[in-house]
Amino acid sequence: MEALFSAAVGILTTCGIYLTLRGRTFPVVLGLTLLTYAANLFLFSMGRLKLGASNLVNDGLPDVDPLPQALVLTAIVIGFAMTAFVIILAIRARGDLGSDHVNGRRRQSRRSKHDDPLELNQARGGIKR
Amino acid sequence: MTLPLIVLLPLLGSLVPLLGARAGRTGSACLTAILPLCALVLTIFLSVSVFDGQIVRYSLPWVPQLGLELAFRLDGLSLLFALLILGIGLLIIVYARYYLAPEDSMARFYSYLMLFMTSMLGIVTSDNLLLLWFFWELTSISSFLLISFWTHQSSARKGARMALAVTGAGGLCLLAGFMLIGKIVGTFDIGTILDSGDMIREHPAYMVVLVLVLIGAFSKSAQFPFQFWLPHAMSAPTPVSAYLHSATMVKAGIFLMIRLYPVISGTDAWYYIVTLVGLFTMFYGAYMAMVQYDLKGLLAYSTISHLGLITMLLGLDTRLSTLAAVFHVVNHAIFKASLFMAVGIVDHECGTRDSRKLGGLRKYMPFTAALATVAGASMAGVPLLNGFISKEMFLTESLQTQNLGGLSWLIPALATVGSALSVAYSLRLVVDVFYRGAPRFLPKEPHEAPRPMRLPIEVLILLCLAVGMFPAQIVGPLLDVAMSAVAPNAMDGQDLSLWHGFNLPLMMSIAAMAFGAVLYLLRGGLNSFRRDFLVTDAKYVFEGAVQRATAFCARALDRFDSRSLQRYVFLMMAMMLVLASFGLLRMPVLMGEVPMQPLDPYIIVGATLMATGAIATVYFQRQRLIALICLSITELMVILTFLRFSAPDLALTQLVVSTVTVILMLLTLFFLPQQTPKASSGIRILRDLILAGAIGIVIASINFAVLTQPYETIGNFFTEQAKPGGGGYNVVNVILVDFRGFDTFGEIAVLGIAALGVLKLLNRMKIFVPTTSAENRPWSPEYYPTIFGSVSQVLFPLALMVSVYIFLRGHNLPGGGFIGGLVAASALIMLYMARGVEWTLRRLRVDYQHVIAAGLLVAAFTGMGAWAFGEPFLTSWFDYFHLPLIGELELATALVFDLGIYLVVIGSTMMILANLGKLATPHSPAREARKASTKSTTMEHH
Repeated sequence: MEALFSAAVGILTTCGIYLTLRGRTFPVVLGLTLLTYAANLFLFSMGRLKLGASNLVNDGLPDVDPLPQALVLTAIVIGFAMTAFVIILAIRARGDLGSDHVNGRRRQSRRSKHDDPLELNQARGGIKR
Repeated sequence: MTLPLIVLLPLLGSLVPLLGARAGRTGSACLTAILPLCALVLTIFLSVSVFDGQIVRYSLPWVPQLGLELAFRLDGLSLLFALLILGIGLLIIVYARYYLAPEDSMARFYSYLMLFMTSMLGIVTSDNLLLLWFFWELTSISSFLLISFWTHQSSARKGARMALAVTGAGGLCLLAGFMLIGKIVGTFDIGTILDSGDMIREHPAYMVVLVLVLIGAFSKSAQFPFQFWLPHAMSAPTPVSAYLHSATMVKAGIFLMIRLYPVISGTDAWYYIVTLVGLFTMFYGAYMAMVQYDLKGLLAYSTISHLGLITMLLGLDTRLSTLAAVFHVVNHAIFKASLFMAVGIVDHECGTRDSRKLGGLRKYMPFTAALATVAGASMAGVPLLNGFISKEMFLTESLQTQNLGGLSWLIPALATVGSALSVAYSLRLVVDVFYRGAPRFLPKEPHEAPRPMRLPIEVLILLCLAVGMFPAQIVGPLLDVAMSAVAPNAMDGQDLSLWHGFNLPLMMSIAAMAFGAVLYLLRGGLNSFRRDFLVTDAKYVFEGAVQRATAFCARALDRFDSRSLQRYVFLMMAMMLVLASFGLLRMPVLMGEVPMQPLDPYIIVGATLMATGAIATVYFQRQRLIALICLSITELMVILTFLRFSAPDLALTQLVVSTVTVILMLLTLFFLPQQTPKASSGIRILRDLILAGAIGIVIASINFAVLTQPYETIGNFFTEQAKPGGGGYNVVNVILVDFRGFDTFGEIAVLGIAALGVLKLLNRMKIFVPTTSAENRPWSPEYYPTIFGSVSQVLFPLALMVSVYIFLRGHNLPGGGFIGGLVAASALIMLYMARGVEWTLRRLRVDYQHVIAAGLLVAAFTGMGAWAFGEPFLTSWFDYFHLPLIGELELATALVFDLGIYLVVIGSTMMILANLGKLATPHSPAREARKASTKSTTMEHH
């Protein structure tokens, strides 16, 4: 079971990092979210994987290690705040730079031939405020 | 305690002109002069004990671990230099008042000047090598500020940069030399070091020490090959040149050589390096001074030449040469400062200092002409003036040296030629400017300078004459006490008098005068000789080197700093891979002793789905909506994992957070392109895959290793203490609100800050609001769906109730402030979605910033409440009460703290989502569609 769990964490990490290395903001946000899950699971497993236990002391079930759980709980909430921040940053960057590339607009002229015409269409059709 | 005041007063003095900037120009100068004057009085007061043969010392530990102490000493040598620095400094303050134009910032100038004075005084009074070095660097910085005082001039900026680069680099060599000395002697205390001369000279590293210290000294004192910065520093205002580049800063290197004279001199290496460098510098400076047209350039090169002379004297190492060097330091400071000031007057009153335009100025400014003539004569070494006496000593000592064997006669011969050159350029300066010819093409009509501006020169000229006529009476005792700090018996047998009879040095002096006059007459030939050489300006060489270095650094930097976030992330991840692998590589075997638990089918299915979801997210990344759906599969599996492995609190939290996140991402998709264009090349994809895969393998291995290694946990403490210490059965919640409450307090603060950051980012944002979907289909014109609206309205109070219930039970059952808050937030979001922002805002007038603030305050005050009972911040309290009808009731302060968390979570979440949603609403598709249908149908394709 431990091996399978570790493998799943590894796969989540791989997918998360691969997406984090992409050039557009949305996949990066997805990647960060995946990476957050991997990190949280990793941290969580530091307290061992226990079946049929509980973090309540009065219910007669065996006890878990509560400390990693407490840390992960706050990590989830903070992770949410950071994800939200990055998402809004991405929207803002697109509004200000006109592109959702993580490097900003600097190399756009050189790369413009790769750009999907769809995006240009959309930009044309959108209302710029 | 008086001693450090000498350094401290000018330091305070650097604030005075800034504070007294409104006192007018004269007022500002007077105010500035007060503190240095006090320092001068203190110095004279302390000199009594110095003349009694004592060394005044003061020390205070600064960084004892480094051997750095705020240690000061005032011996004869320090006294001499301190008097020079303070005395000439005061004259410069007076002179600068009249030199600076009304539009120059007087406060800034005086402030820099005082800073420089402080650092210079620090150098000469330091009793600790590291402290000395500290002040040494401070002079480099303050001289940089002074040279570049006229920041609008390119030459001033470049000259300042060059001076800083050269003296700063020399300073670094010096530091290395000092460290070695400290290593050899075992202390940085100068008193001890001065007594350890033999230990240093016999140490194998002596040569290294010598070279490093000499590089420092030579770069500061403009000795070959570092002489080139000084002429370019002439872009400074003339008071700065008079003070820094003749009297004080360039003497710092000389001072250092004299200060360390008992320690590093007396060897052959010292003799050859110092004498030859000095000799060459003397000739080079003198020749260059002959061919300069810029008067300040002439003075700069003559300074280089005289510094070379002093350096050579220090190198000669004969019985009285050091005395002659110290004496010439004083004399040179006096006549060169007055010459600089005289040239400053010429520049100020004629508008130029080009010697080709100037001539016959005696008619226009007779007093200045007279003063400059005396000073020039002193530089040339005319009898009855101070320059003559030290020059005689120089010639006498040059006759004593035997170190070059059969070629030793060359030294006095060359000394005579050097003196002749000095005569020639002095003549050039004085005669060409003030006596011969007439001024041509002057920008303004020359006239005499105001009396107070000439006053400092008059004081110095008086000194020239006084020292020249009564050397033994005026400076004898001072030199005596100064030499006692360097070479105790040096004054024996020395006759500081004007007349020694017709001896060989006097003959040499006369020969130098005659030869100098001839050279002056032949100067036209010298100029044409110079024109035969290709002119390479040091400025261009230096600037070229600087620019090449900058370009090289820029290229090197570009290698890894390409302003590409992708590149940064890649490098960061690669670094993480390297670091994480190190630990793994050192492990003998991955799997530990803890046996693995058996697999069960649920876990296999869950893990497979989780991995599949993640891989599918990657696979469908370009179709963003599908990728998001795949991501939520993984999310769900993560929630179930938490549940399976006995973490109900985590599962609950993740469930609500995932809900909110997915809603947020869906909203985002409205503003961002819904598809990702293909941009990565195959190679890049492969590269990223390999890196990501490698990290995944390493992380999985580490995870596996930890899960199978036995270890002790500290978690049992929390489990045991949850009820007796925190009053709750839910250990995770007790940890959050009690044991690690301060942590949680920080975390909700971060949450609030993130929400505020989002609010600021959304402020005045330009966004694309697409009117159609990615496939060019118009958005649904449907208004908010009726069924969803009615249902959500009914559900809302129920959801809020659930949220409160989860919050209240948190201490004993899964739940708490975090989860309760998120549940309440999702209920609110549901209302927003079902009824729209406007509808909701009309009914729910809540400012979420206030909610966040209230939550933080509740948490903070709960924590502070503990202070009232004399307990530390966030100490919790709980007790049980028996109420009739209700029964046993537990009251805990932790619950109030949890309420703070609850409020912050609601406030932050809603602030992020409601504000983003609000942004979409005024131009929401539904609205646009309604507008369009009411007005005209032709706008549809827009």
